[in-house]
Amino acid sequence: MSIAVVVVVAVLILGGVGVFLLRPKKGSSLKLGVSSETDVVVGSSEKVVTTEAEGSFDVTQHRRGLEGSLPKSRSLLGAALARMRSKRALGEELWIELEEALILSDVGVDVSVQLIESVKDKVFQEGITSTDAAIQLLRAEMTLKLARTDRELKIDATPPVVILFVGVNGVGKTTSIGKLAAQLSSQGKKVVVAAGDTFRAAATEQLEMWAQRSEVDVVKGSPGADPASVVFDAISHAAAVGADCVLADTAGRLQNRQNLMDELRKIRRVAEKASGTVSEVLLVLDATTGQNGLVQAEGFGEAAQVTGIVLTKLDGTAKGGVAFAVEDRLKIPIKFVGLGEGVDDLAPFDPVAFVNEITGDVS
Amino acid sequence: MFESLGGRLEDALSKIRSKARLSEADVEIALREIRTALLEADVNLLVVRSIVDRIREAAVGAMASRSLTPGQQVVKAVNDELTKVLGGESFRITYASRPPTIILMAGLQGSGKTTTSAKLARYFKSQGRSPLLVGADLQRPAAVEQLRTLASQIQVPMFSEWTSPIAVAKAGVAEARRIGRDVVIVDTAGRLTIDAELMEEITATSKEISPNYTFLVIDAMMGQDSVTTAKAFNEALEVDAIVLSKLDGDARGGAALSVKEVVGKPIAFASDGEKLDNFGPFYPDRMASRILGMGDVLTLIEQAERTMDEDVAERGAKKLMEGKFDLDDFLEQLRQVKKMGSLKGMLSMLPGVPKELRDVEVDEGELGKIEAMISSMTKKERLDPAMIDSSRRARIAKGSGTTPANVSALLKQFKEMQKMMRSMGIGPSSATKRKAKAKPPKKGRKNRR
Repeated sequence: MSIAVVVVVAVLILGGVGVFLLRPKKGSSLKLGVSSETDVVVGSSEKVVTTEAEGSFDVTQHRRGLEGSLPKSRSLLGAALARMRSKRALGEELWIELEEALILSDVGVDVSVQLIESVKDKVFQEGITSTDAAIQLLRAEMTLKLARTDRELKIDATPPVVILFVGVNGVGKTTSIGKLAAQLSSQGKKVVVAAGDTFRAAATEQLEMWAQRSEVDVVKGSPGADPASVVFDAISHAAAVGADCVLADTAGRLQNRQNLMDELRKIRRVAEKASGTVSEVLLVLDATTGQNGLVQAEGFGEAAQVTGIVLTKLDGTAKGGVAFAVEDRLKIPIKFVGLGEGVDDLAPFDPVAFVNEITGDVS
Repeated sequence: MFESLGGRLEDALSKIRSKARLSEADVEIALREIRTALLEADVNLLVVRSIVDRIREAAVGAMASRSLTPGQQVVKAVNDELTKVLGGESFRITYASRPPTIILMAGLQGSGKTTTSAKLARYFKSQGRSPLLVGADLQRPAAVEQLRTLASQIQVPMFSEWTSPIAVAKAGVAEARRIGRDVVIVDTAGRLTIDAELMEEITATSKEISPNYTFLVIDAMMGQDSVTTAKAFNEALEVDAIVLSKLDGDARGGAALSVKEVVGKPIAFASDGEKLDNFGPFYPDRMASRILGMGDVLTLIEQAERTMDEDVAERGAKKLMEGKFDLDDFLEQLRQVKKMGSLKGMLSMLPGVPKELRDVEVDEGELGKIEAMISSMTKKERLDPAMIDSSRRARIAKGSGTTPANVSALLKQFKEMQKMMRSMGIGPSSATKRKAKAKPPKKGRKNRR
């Protein structure tokens, strides 16, 4: 019995009663609904295994490669740097502008300030006077913070190896799985995909279309089925057909929803039990996300023991700086970046390219 | 990890609040902290700059005036400024005089357009309109299927065909005219603002169907890029209003503030949950209170009104005032509160709840235990918990499937709660009068913990 519950209830009773008495006496209409009826039908988890369908979804409809997305140099920093170069001295203005450039990339205030302070110190110690050298120092400092050697996907354990994808809604979990399945499959691995998002309408269909492109097996449950059981069945199926790895999709969930985070714990537990090796839990992070990304990484990290980050939608104008903060603070390595909608647009994370994107392309 | 923006601002301002004389340095320190607080809430840097500049002006004015409480004036300036940026009229939709009213949805990938389209359709339906959903996202695999499934869940017709986005949108509007639907909601593919081809496509779609309203869907968790995105969409489409998605997360929602400030378009609707009815018109003043950490009492009141039984609430209030609140009342009120929804959600809407309490992990299952324990007590025991000795305790534990330790913990806490209420001086006073001060309880609680 935790003390918390009684305290919370007491507060709510007081608050509730107080609020009730405060309410406008006229029956004002209410707009923002929060509770009541669920539309989800909980069905029995009847599984269907689709085997290598030869559908032809148009992959080339829209895709941009790495080369199309990276050169976007009209960054604020680029302009700032050009301006500063023309000045000679390293003044306070430079540091403010650098700090703001980092903040505009969603690196966050604390991390930005720390970075700039440490570069400032070094500039002072080493007696650096040119802005170029100072900027190089900032880049080196950032790259150093990203110097990790554990960015490789761990898939060498005894098969079937399980890779779980988690994250909030709309970050690109299903798309990332589709891309990774295709890549692993083209490397000669036998891949099974678990359609563990039984909540969102047509999530399974979306995954199936991706799976068709790369001819991997999809194990699915009926809408509303227990996701843990779908993942369990996928692992059993993988073991039966001698597959190398299982990529498990999960429904998007916000990290402040306790019950959904519990569900995630269960999925991980069940996957662990069924396979013995959940070798990766990848948190998919949207590059447009702001400082909430840190809260996400903390929440999911705690509930599902995240082993790596997939930073998606880096082909847009967002820089994904929060991923830098996540890796720096929470020591979770960024493993992949999403750069577009094509199958090949999931690339291994390259710290140097990432830092250059954030700090502009001025050398 | 984070406390609310309101809490941080409070910290920043507490240092100058009571000062009789403000030095320039005092003000600069406070402004620096205000800046950090806003940035950490994901308010765009450029917006932060202009807000801070305006607060600085007000502060300089306060220093110059021979006011006795310059600190207070700065505090007021901050509140005024934020309320002004966030505030304003709520958005009202005007239906086309010649139906259908056409609504075009736009946004980045994953911002929540498809779900929002369905929620919007459900909202219109509840307003007595007859909407048609049009699936023009032919890009994302299964997007059309997703919309079709959602449409059938809310029993709204849905139209799509495998042609081109522009053709689908056009045919969708024609279909609405044909079958007599008065609102058409066109869901489109998510697109990046730097994707010239796709931006041209949505501009062309817009020209083709000339929508009455163009809604831009923005993720409430978005960071600094929100402004760039909103500007680009606004240039391509002339956005009429913003729809904020995923507001039920724990992001501080600086994106909402930034977009509103930079693009100058109102936030029309907000989505605050996964269920299709977790959606409604956006009230800027309520959001202002929420961002500032003042709670969202209005929404809470509405929830209370919907779910609580008036008699029961008044009985509870009366007992509280009289200091006769016993376990029976506790059980009754507990059941009421439970009906209102998740405890955590409600806590977040109550103003003045200390951070420690807000972050408490609440296991809602514990409520069941408490209910079971109280239910296992006799009437006498509930009125006078002091009479519960070890054998009674064992019986109660057995009856409720808990342990004697659980029972004594509950009793002890209930006793402390009673003591606290007494110390708060809940005395006889008018129960119907405005009583925003019904909240100070939380302060007392904080000390207790």
